[in-house]
Amino acid sequence: MTVLQKKTDNPIAHLAPEDIEEIGRRLDAIRQEIVDSRGAEDAAYIRRVIDVQRKLELGSRAVLLASIFPPAWFVGTAGLAVAKILENMEIGHNVMHGQWDWMRDPKIHSTTWEWDNVSPSDQWKHSHNELHHTYTNVIGRDNDLGYGIMRVDEDQRWHPLYLAQPVWNLLNACFFEYGIAAYDLELGRNLPSKKRRSSPEFKARGRQVLRKIRGQVTKDYLVHPALSGPSFLHTLAATATANLVRNLWTHSVIMCGHFPEGVETFERRSIEGETRGEWYLRQMLGSANISGGKALHIMTGNLSYQIEHHLFPDLPSNRYQEIAPKVREIFDDYGLRYTSGSLPKQVASAWGKIIRLSLPNGFADDATRKVRRALGRPGTQPVRPDALSATGRVAERAA
Amino acid sequence: MTSIADHRTPSPHVRGALRSRLWRVAEALATPRDPGHYLDMVNPLRGGADLRGRVVDVRPEAGDAVTVVLRPGAGWRGHVPGQYVRVGLDVDGVRRWRSYSLTSTPSAEGGHISITAKRVPDGIVSAHLAQQLRPGDLVHLDQACGDFVLPEHAPGKVLFITGGSGVTPVMGMLRSGKDRLRDVVLVHSERSAADVIFGAELRALAAGGRLRLVEQHTDESGRLDVGRLSELVPDLAERETWACGPSGLLDAVEEHWSTAGLADRLHTERFRTELAEPGEGGTVRFTGTDTVVEADGGTSVLDAGEAAGVLMPSGCRMGICFSCVLPMREGAVRDLRTGEVTTAAPGDGVLVQTCISAAAGSCQIDH
Repeated sequence: MTVLQKKTDNPIAHLAPEDIEEIGRRLDAIRQEIVDSRGAEDAAYIRRVIDVQRKLELGSRAVLLASIFPPAWFVGTAGLAVAKILENMEIGHNVMHGQWDWMRDPKIHSTTWEWDNVSPSDQWKHSHNELHHTYTNVIGRDNDLGYGIMRVDEDQRWHPLYLAQPVWNLLNACFFEYGIAAYDLELGRNLPSKKRRSSPEFKARGRQVLRKIRGQVTKDYLVHPALSGPSFLHTLAATATANLVRNLWTHSVIMCGHFPEGVETFERRSIEGETRGEWYLRQMLGSANISGGKALHIMTGNLSYQIEHHLFPDLPSNRYQEIAPKVREIFDDYGLRYTSGSLPKQVASAWGKIIRLSLPNGFADDATRKVRRALGRPGTQPVRPDALSATGRVAERAA
Repeated sequence: MTSIADHRTPSPHVRGALRSRLWRVAEALATPRDPGHYLDMVNPLRGGADLRGRVVDVRPEAGDAVTVVLRPGAGWRGHVPGQYVRVGLDVDGVRRWRSYSLTSTPSAEGGHISITAKRVPDGIVSAHLAQQLRPGDLVHLDQACGDFVLPEHAPGKVLFITGGSGVTPVMGMLRSGKDRLRDVVLVHSERSAADVIFGAELRALAAGGRLRLVEQHTDESGRLDVGRLSELVPDLAERETWACGPSGLLDAVEEHWSTAGLADRLHTERFRTELAEPGEGGTVRFTGTDTVVEADGGTSVLDAGEAAGVLMPSGCRMGICFSCVLPMREGAVRDLRTGEVTTAAPGDGVLVQTCISAAAGSCQIDH
């Protein structure tokens, strides 16, 4: 993938500025419909999810007190993993987006929710809500593009360190909550600079993260196992497994949101003076959905409707499903690509990209060609858009 | 632990220490939430929980009013007759707080309390109270407050002047002060006899000689003329007076008492059922720094605050990141994207996104 502005076949070249503003108006109307109809049923939905999550967590932890018995270990671990995923995705992520602020319930509010994750909520809200959702897929502005440790776009400069990025990605997946905490602290930017790492603000945030980690670790790896008595080690393994499962799951879902093939990225300059219509359009092209059933949608926190979520990050997640066909209609009317696929397909696509981009642009193709030539079987040489940008011949941005 | 086992009945001190240790374990296990969140699932009325009340009964009263009997949570500290309580109800999924007079006696059966509300035209909360609330429902409560109360030693001669639902706090005083109040006159103004809230009970009290009741039915006899009140109550100057009702009535009473040099014998209570009338732009007051800004209808509260030098929290500045959210103590703001108006009754503390909200009339922002 190359930033949209450099593509030879720019997917929005056919849109006039009026079209883009009309898209914006139609999306505003969809948003308004949901805002006007939010009510008691939606409130009951989130309270029910919270209630189920808490009962599931309590029940699973109770079962794990006897985790020395294998059936108890399996049931308790599975239950706890699901409870943690529900808490992070359908509840925490969405509450912190302000999706439920309209209820004016201080207990289910973006300003008060603290999630079951080592990253403190307010730091996550800054890096996720403020930076990622505002600058979605803008190279150099949206750190979610590879989290600063990976190269997920041809237009990100290659460095030998990226050779190992499939390994980074796997490690990041296993310890995703710590990855998020480090990411929110911008460790990559702050640690190398003495001035940055010794600033009182960075230190305060660092202490906040350490406090949160201490609380999470004490709960999962000390108090709960200790209460299990003879099952100590089994419960320890169970909570560690539940956290691992939660990390792998959330990491996969998040990867599916913006990394699969077909998702567009944008040049830094392209968002200067961006209108609301253009912002909407960027969200439409910069996100990908996951298709699946009801359970999948709930377990992904409805981030399976990533496109709808990025268009309307503050609408209640339970309503994305209902607006998806209307959003899709706008894509169809304006000849835009609505990127969607099953979970295995999208995960594979994202991993494929991470492996491909661990090498310099076109390296794999070149290597294939060289091998073929050596074998005396010259192949076709397609002109790749990224080959163009690599030589500096940049396609003009569509008017 | 062994030291505890040695004692057959642990001393309160040891018990307290054990309890606090257990609580600390519970806290460690519940993190990042509070153990209370889990206990609330079982017993929302327990001590230490946010104050709530369980609806015991909902009964209609005359004059389009409704009385709701509640069993308050263990944290309820009781009330003095004449006080009111803020009640939080989830109406169409949105928590809305309103103040209602307590009409029960503090020693009511089963520790129950009752509030009485008059249906406000277009009032979504009072409508919810009358039509949606069912026994068993939970409502949120605040502690009772207000200083419109009888002193501990009730004065010998008392005059109550009430209009419409202004009779509700007085009813609380009458019910609990039956034995203390020996000489009471109640002048009550209402549209018609049938509309008098607690009409039957008041008339029964009057018939029993507990009180002298003067009813002014405005449909037939017009408004209560405060200037001629001394004709109805000749010994008015000797009476400690409590007045509660519409602003017009209270203004007239205050002026009359002040002119007569009796201002120190008058106690008034004003109801504020009406919300700020939304307009285009208005005065934004930041309560923390006491900064007052005049903002037009197209300027966000965030921009207005920053322009006036207030250090405002901010983020995306386009309504998506919720970094700029601040409580609006009272007033009205309009969503610049949708035109939707959000109003806050005094004390509501509705959280608003300052980057996409413009003043719609005056508003107070807690910051």
